[in-house]
Amino acid sequence: MTDANAAIDERVKETSRLRKALIRPELGAIVGMIAVFVFFFAFAADSGMFNPQGVLNWSTVSAQFMIIAVGACMLMIAGEFDLSVGSMIGFAGMSIALMSVTLHWPVWIAILVTFMLCVSIGALIGYTVVRTGLPSFIVSLAFLFILRGFTIFFPQVIERRTIIGGISDVAEGDWLAPVFGGKVGGWIFDWLAEIGMIATFSRGTREGQPIVDGIPMLIVWALLLVAVAHVVLTRTTFGNWVFASGGDAQAARYVGVPVSRVKILMFMFTAFCATVFATCQVMEFGSAGADRGLLKEFEAIIAVVIGGALLTGGYGSVIGAALGALIFGVVQQGLFFAGVESSLFRVFLGVILLFAVILNTYIRRIITGEN
Amino acid sequence: MNTVFKTLAATALAVATTVGAAQADGERYVLVSHAPDSDSWWNTIKNGLALACEQMDVECEYRNPPTGDLADMARIIEQAAASGPDGIITTLADPDVLSGPIRDAVASGIDVIIINSGTPEQARDFGALMYVGQPEYDAGFAAGQRAAGDGIESFLCVNHYIAQPASTQRCQGFADGLGVDLGNQMIDSGQDPSEIQNRVMAYLNANPETEAVLTLGPTSADPTILALDQMGLAGDIYFGTFDLGGDIVGAIRDGVIEWGIDQQPFLQAYLPVIVLTNYHRFGVLPGNNINSGPGFVTADALDLVAELAGEYR
Repeated sequence: MTDANAAIDERVKETSRLRKALIRPELGAIVGMIAVFVFFFAFAADSGMFNPQGVLNWSTVSAQFMIIAVGACMLMIAGEFDLSVGSMIGFAGMSIALMSVTLHWPVWIAILVTFMLCVSIGALIGYTVVRTGLPSFIVSLAFLFILRGFTIFFPQVIERRTIIGGISDVAEGDWLAPVFGGKVGGWIFDWLAEIGMIATFSRGTREGQPIVDGIPMLIVWALLLVAVAHVVLTRTTFGNWVFASGGDAQAARYVGVPVSRVKILMFMFTAFCATVFATCQVMEFGSAGADRGLLKEFEAIIAVVIGGALLTGGYGSVIGAALGALIFGVVQQGLFFAGVESSLFRVFLGVILLFAVILNTYIRRIITGEN
Repeated sequence: MNTVFKTLAATALAVATTVGAAQADGERYVLVSHAPDSDSWWNTIKNGLALACEQMDVECEYRNPPTGDLADMARIIEQAAASGPDGIITTLADPDVLSGPIRDAVASGIDVIIINSGTPEQARDFGALMYVGQPEYDAGFAAGQRAAGDGIESFLCVNHYIAQPASTQRCQGFADGLGVDLGNQMIDSGQDPSEIQNRVMAYLNANPETEAVLTLGPTSADPTILALDQMGLAGDIYFGTFDLGGDIVGAIRDGVIEWGIDQQPFLQAYLPVIVLTNYHRFGVLPGNNINSGPGFVTADALDLVAELAGEYR
């Protein structure tokens, strides 16, 4: 640092371009993503991982992670955690199933009511955290158990089962269901199959149809959520409030940021993302199970951390979280393609997580200048 | 950064050797189960698979969703199909979730055999070659009839995997075999041993007139044995269980457990590989589904079972 710099106000201080690039939260995730793709191109290129079916497979899994990672990322930047995401997924799915199959409500009403219900629960979690001042870790941990318990209790009492099926039948012809469980761009794939770019089914009732017949709405939702969240976070006043609430809540309050409202809204958004995940899953598979979404909260947090967000809040990026989700999904499915024993997946996961956190720590030290 | 690359290179090397070793000549089969990592019972399946694949000289992989989430299992089947194996051997824990991926795999030219859970009808409906397993409701029903013959009129079903419909069918079948209503006689025990033990003790304290206990596998049976020991009911209360394991076999010998229902999981992994390989090599296929169980294991002739319990039995 030169003397000239010291004299200038810190806020308008010039930073070198390299340094600017280095302290971007996405940096680690971008490097990681390149490494992951190079790695799998080298070791699993001929395993079907990069044929249309394979690409669709890891893209879908990554999109799943992305949807919940976006919510977790925004919330983490706002300085809070939500451990109830996985249970919320199970709860939302079961809620749609019970309303539509057991109560015979139209599917679109079931979906809308479930969204309202789950977002309200998100608000309740947020309100509890803000009002009591308890760590969100504990409050959301409580909701992890509460929601999972209800998810097992209700279908068992009402239907004597823990998996409710038959949603595909009642969702037939519904206007809202395809928004979550449908596929888009089918004609592109029909055309690709026609010119021989992708394989077709060789037997059965779908003989001659392309093996990949569209992009699942799950992926569309993931990209949409990432785009919206990124714009809100980086281009709006509200985005600044989110950073401020997580960075230093007291300082933010002093300058007039409605910290409590921001945090509650972020809890609601996390619940919203979990519900999107659940609805897509229920509409695609046609059933809801009491065990859906187990441990997904940690997968979301892992994706966010790989993506460069700090666990202490106030720093991170949605794009980074999305890349983290992509890395996570590609590694998870890629290891299968590479023929690695599946029990080793957790080892890889641990190694990647550790790397990401160590990298993030260094980045934080660069930013804050602490030693 | 240097260390990052070093570690990456080391991992790459480790994976390369794993992949290299697996690339022998011959067919490739993938077995997909619904079991979470914590379920030790599936070790027998893994061993059966490994043995069959070694004997037939084919390449095999075992896949499962780490948490037992069935939606994740659907993705694994899709992944397996995309990797283009000769055959997929899969369980059918939830037809709604798995029917799409399985049908797609069949349609893209991969031969599928359904094992363990599911029914012969579903296997036929999905276009699978055959079903190898033990029809769950029937097995529970047979066990219920056996218990009814021994004069039992009420029971406790310890369900450690309540999210799986097959487990509820076992309890339901047992109740129907006994000729009683299932009602509240099934408890959701969770997967944690001490939790299971406490819940069983709590139930038996609250319902002292319970005449029999039915557990659905080693996960619930082992803690239940401890619970009965602690309550002084071991050997007194009528105790039957699904599946075998080291502790279960010991308890059968000690007279704590009346019988264990062996669905012989070894066969469920072993036979499909043999069937598929012979089908692909010589075009021969057995004309029917294969029932791997139920077989009742009692205190008589227990030695072989005891020796191999948890490994091949």
